[in-house]
Amino acid sequence: MSAPGTINAGYLENLLAGQPHLPASPLAWLNALRAEAVDRVGVLTVPTLRDEEWRFTDISQLTKISFHPVRATVSLQAADIERFYIEEATTRLVFVDGVYTPQLSSGITDNGVAVVNLEAGFAAHATAIEPYLGRLTEFRDNVFAALNTAFLHDAALIVVPRDISVAVPVHLLFIATQKDVVSYPRCLLLAESGSAVTVIEDYVSLQEDAYFTNAVTEIALVDNARVNHIRVQREGAKAFHIANCAVTLARASNYQSVSVAFGARISRYNLNVQLAEEAECAVDGLALISGRQLADTHTCIDHAKPHAVSHQMHKCIVGGSAHAVFNGKIKVRQGAQRTDSRQSSRNLLLTGKAHVDTKPQLEIFADDVKCTHGATIGQLDNEEVFYLQSRGLSETVARNMLTYAFGAEIIERIPISSLKCQLEQTVLEQTTVQP
Amino acid sequence: MIYKDSKILLEVRGLCANVSGTEILKGLDLTVKSGEIHAIMGPNGSGKSTFSKILAGHSAYEVTGGTVMFEGQNLLDLAPEERARAGVFLAFQYPIEIPGVGNSQFLRLTYNTVQTHCGKEELDPLEFDDYVREKMKLLEMSPDFLERSVNEGFSGGEKKRNEILQMAMLDPRLAILDETDSGLDIDALRIVANGVNQLANKDNAIVLVTHYQRLLNYIVPDYVHVMEAGRIIKTGGKELALELESRGYDWVGVENKAAARATA
Repeated sequence: MSAPGTINAGYLENLLAGQPHLPASPLAWLNALRAEAVDRVGVLTVPTLRDEEWRFTDISQLTKISFHPVRATVSLQAADIERFYIEEATTRLVFVDGVYTPQLSSGITDNGVAVVNLEAGFAAHATAIEPYLGRLTEFRDNVFAALNTAFLHDAALIVVPRDISVAVPVHLLFIATQKDVVSYPRCLLLAESGSAVTVIEDYVSLQEDAYFTNAVTEIALVDNARVNHIRVQREGAKAFHIANCAVTLARASNYQSVSVAFGARISRYNLNVQLAEEAECAVDGLALISGRQLADTHTCIDHAKPHAVSHQMHKCIVGGSAHAVFNGKIKVRQGAQRTDSRQSSRNLLLTGKAHVDTKPQLEIFADDVKCTHGATIGQLDNEEVFYLQSRGLSETVARNMLTYAFGAEIIERIPISSLKCQLEQTVLEQTTVQP
Repeated sequence: MIYKDSKILLEVRGLCANVSGTEILKGLDLTVKSGEIHAIMGPNGSGKSTFSKILAGHSAYEVTGGTVMFEGQNLLDLAPEERARAGVFLAFQYPIEIPGVGNSQFLRLTYNTVQTHCGKEELDPLEFDDYVREKMKLLEMSPDFLERSVNEGFSGGEKKRNEILQMAMLDPRLAILDETDSGLDIDALRIVANGVNQLANKDNAIVLVTHYQRLLNYIVPDYVHVMEAGRIIKTGGKELALELESRGYDWVGVENKAAARATA
């Protein structure tokens, strides 16, 4: 019997096999960043249930499949992917199995605004992005972020210059097309002082076999910037999806995020948000899963400075024998006075075998703060079902409506109406039990 | 209003019921004819709200004896939604909030469900919109009620108006209004009462369940019943409500016990 470490090492070595073939970047610091990430992968191991941060999420199945980076890209036509388009979001970057696909993309390079593949942004923005790329995410302690960084090549780069408001939402579409392929989606969003932008990060699949998405997103909001971030995880049924997102908010900036998880056999989303003075964030989430799915969301909202506001509502609707995990940490550091933080975790179990682990955590090191948090787990409220029945609706219709409403409350917060309708339809279909 | 030769809508005989093993109703009798307005009054814990929930079919209450006939059918055999479709309506004391479901979508679904079961035509969204806006005028409701989620963030008065709006739309034969006056300021009370009065006609009946006489200044009952310990122990006209307001409930119980002793 070999020690767990050996299995891990072999597995990670195997994942790294394709890395040396990556073309070198013209930027020395980027090559150094990748090399450092490769080194970190050599030191780190794949987490197990023994790691505190992974104690509810068993990813051993991930290590049983030998994933490889994409060898030959599939040529897709617009017709193949049109159904994923979001009407309002005509600015679009498309990545197929992690590879940037220019013929399907419609980026922007205009007025200093860049919505481009990383390389294309080097000439104008290399200096601006250097302090953020690979620096916001703690890849040194996180094997998945380290792997992603080791493979850093194609990436969505969004730079919004000072006081510019980008009217059209940006759609970052990541499409999986091949079995046993691992892809490393990467996004960097830099919202300069006083700018505003809406970004949709969207993970979809054209096939139902196993594959592995290992994503990293970094978002930097400079003073007074405003970012709407919508994240849609609708991966294939056998997919593994592990994502790390790090957001840093400078003074008086505002970050609004809604993330929904419908897909993947096993998914894990780590979101870290750090707030400076007077910054505000709303971080809402919905996991809607069934069958044997597992969806794990770990968030950490770090009040590093005084007078910041954070609101979080995370909901899970769990059917079949699915398993949802939520771990939401709110940190209020020493000196972060007048922090206003509200967190709520609400969970709806649709079957006796459905399972949820929720752990809201408050770590407060300041004394003049307003922090509330709470968690509920349950079935539908019988009084609510009775109310609807007393209006003539059958019990099944009443239960469907309440289940739908439970999820729709989060979807409603998405500020793009066609996407909202599309996702409401998904919630409706997945929560409707036929009488 | 009491009409000559009007037919019986609701006939309750010897109704007994438990909730989690405790007997709440102990032989309740009540007859309601079409056109009539009844008020059921009584102290807290007398069983008024339990009675209204049992009529609507709440599953937490177990009926252990007696009968409830509604227009000739055994109401107790019907599921809550079947009672609603048959023409029984309960306005809740505490209407629930449903964030995520638009009020207009909800109202149209309930309206069309009940219509379909009565063999009538459904209304499409545009037709329904005209219909519901007309009904909303009755309750002086602003049209933006339709855009909001069901009862979410509504004030107490707005929730109660939304209840009566549903009554106006569903046009029930028997409407039970459970503490509809609680939490209403005087303006809201006047609007709600005015709406109810306009909905009352010779083919339907209204049962007002209320702790206070205040509502009865605006909706004048034909009969006032006093409930105590799970039974109706006294029935009178509208003047009984005024007497209860000035003298409280205790004397009714005392009088009732004395009468019982005399019969024994």
